[in-house]
Amino acid sequence: MNFPADLKYTDSHEWVRQEADGTLTVGISDAAQDMLGDLVFCGDAKVGETLTKGDTACVVESVKAASDVYIPVDGEITAFNGDLDANPEKINSDPYGNWIFKVKPAAGATLDGLMDAASYEASVKAA
Amino acid sequence: MSLQHTPLYEAHIASGAKMVDFGGWEMPLNYGSQIEEHHAVRKDAGMFDVSHMCAVDVDGIRPKSFLKRLIANNVDKLTQPGKALYSAMLNNSGGVIDDLIVYWRGGDSYRVVINASTATKDLAHMNRIAEAYDADITPKKDVAMIAVQGPNAREKVFKARPEWRAAGEPLGVFFGAAVDDKGEVFLARTGYTGEDGFEITLPAAQAVKLWSDLKEAGVRECGLGARDTLRLEAGMNLYGNEMNETVSPLDAGMGWTVDMKAEREFIGRDALENKGQSWNFVGLKLLDKGVMRSHMKVHTAAGEGETTSGSFSPTLGVSIALARVPMDVKAGDEVEVEIRDKRVKALVTKPSFVRHGKALV
Repeated sequence: MNFPADLKYTDSHEWVRQEADGTLTVGISDAAQDMLGDLVFCGDAKVGETLTKGDTACVVESVKAASDVYIPVDGEITAFNGDLDANPEKINSDPYGNWIFKVKPAAGATLDGLMDAASYEASVKAA
Repeated sequence: MSLQHTPLYEAHIASGAKMVDFGGWEMPLNYGSQIEEHHAVRKDAGMFDVSHMCAVDVDGIRPKSFLKRLIANNVDKLTQPGKALYSAMLNNSGGVIDDLIVYWRGGDSYRVVINASTATKDLAHMNRIAEAYDADITPKKDVAMIAVQGPNAREKVFKARPEWRAAGEPLGVFFGAAVDDKGEVFLARTGYTGEDGFEITLPAAQAVKLWSDLKEAGVRECGLGARDTLRLEAGMNLYGNEMNETVSPLDAGMGWTVDMKAEREFIGRDALENKGQSWNFVGLKLLDKGVMRSHMKVHTAAGEGETTSGSFSPTLGVSIALARVPMDVKAGDEVEVEIRDKRVKALVTKPSFVRHGKALV
């Protein structure tokens, strides 16, 4: 299981990368794709909507189950990775190379509540 | 309660299987990708550990009369030794206690295979009924069951066990026979995937060696995940989903397994005759993106229905489901399925989507 050190993580298994311009790129972790199994759908992204931290930003579905993907901070969903529309299985093969949506954080929103790679890895292994 | 393990448990762990609790048994869900396992069965050969299922020998004084009372199909149809029959045992109100396969092994000897999660209540029910017929009910201990399925399954079984070919090759569909000298290994041309293949019952002590020899012969290990999408594509029922003790077999697409022609007082018959059929059992093919699951509402022109199983079909590349819908809904109709908070269009089909590798819808 892979936990890149340059990313932040949520307890609901999203990974978050802060870009130079202050926007956030979000996907689901290696642990999340492993738990879900083969993904067959990624979509229903709320592009253009302003959401509160923890709101559903989009949905991923595997053969086994559906799972919401949550916005990690207050902010606006600015983009969805349309490549995943036809190829959701790319998340299984490379969860960190295939982002799902981008967020423009609300004024004052911080990443303070997120975990670093070491804490996230510990929480996954304890579960 | 700790989970039960089949004789192949260590082999699954060694192969890196993801294990899950299935009706009290710790069983492989997949060995990596359940979709690849699914395709292996449709295109080549895959194998499943189904040792959690329960084989029960039925013999004694009047086993045939007992089975004619116990199950909804008529064992009189078993006119050749080795022949198998699919059916259900019902309760007095016509609900399904379990679905099962019964084999006639010749003479007064039968074998019934029942589900893992229902085995305890099934055996209690069978024993209660058996008393009046002096039939003996003997659940087999220390056996393993391996299902090998796919267009190349039978050939690969013979590659791993050439000595089984003579007795195994002539077997017709839904026939079984002992294939070894001691009569301990039972090969049946049955399955739960819509593909050709065998279900093999053998002494537990021989299971690990057979599993590794089959792997060597090119049979892919498959878990419960692929087993579920394969049976769903084949339109085969799963106990607990399509039917349970409150669902009539007539409402679960099992009318063909209920024999009311002969005058035969099987348990549940009166209730079935009184109630008749209340629902049409159909397939659904989703016309847009999303994945149907069980217990989703189906909106039709004739009223509401409900999905009983749903998933993604790896063969068709879309979501499919089985559903109970109002009687007036027919194959070819368009309906809407409530997936989370959205209504998505679906096509009503016959409850069978894929057979022998080919799409039927």
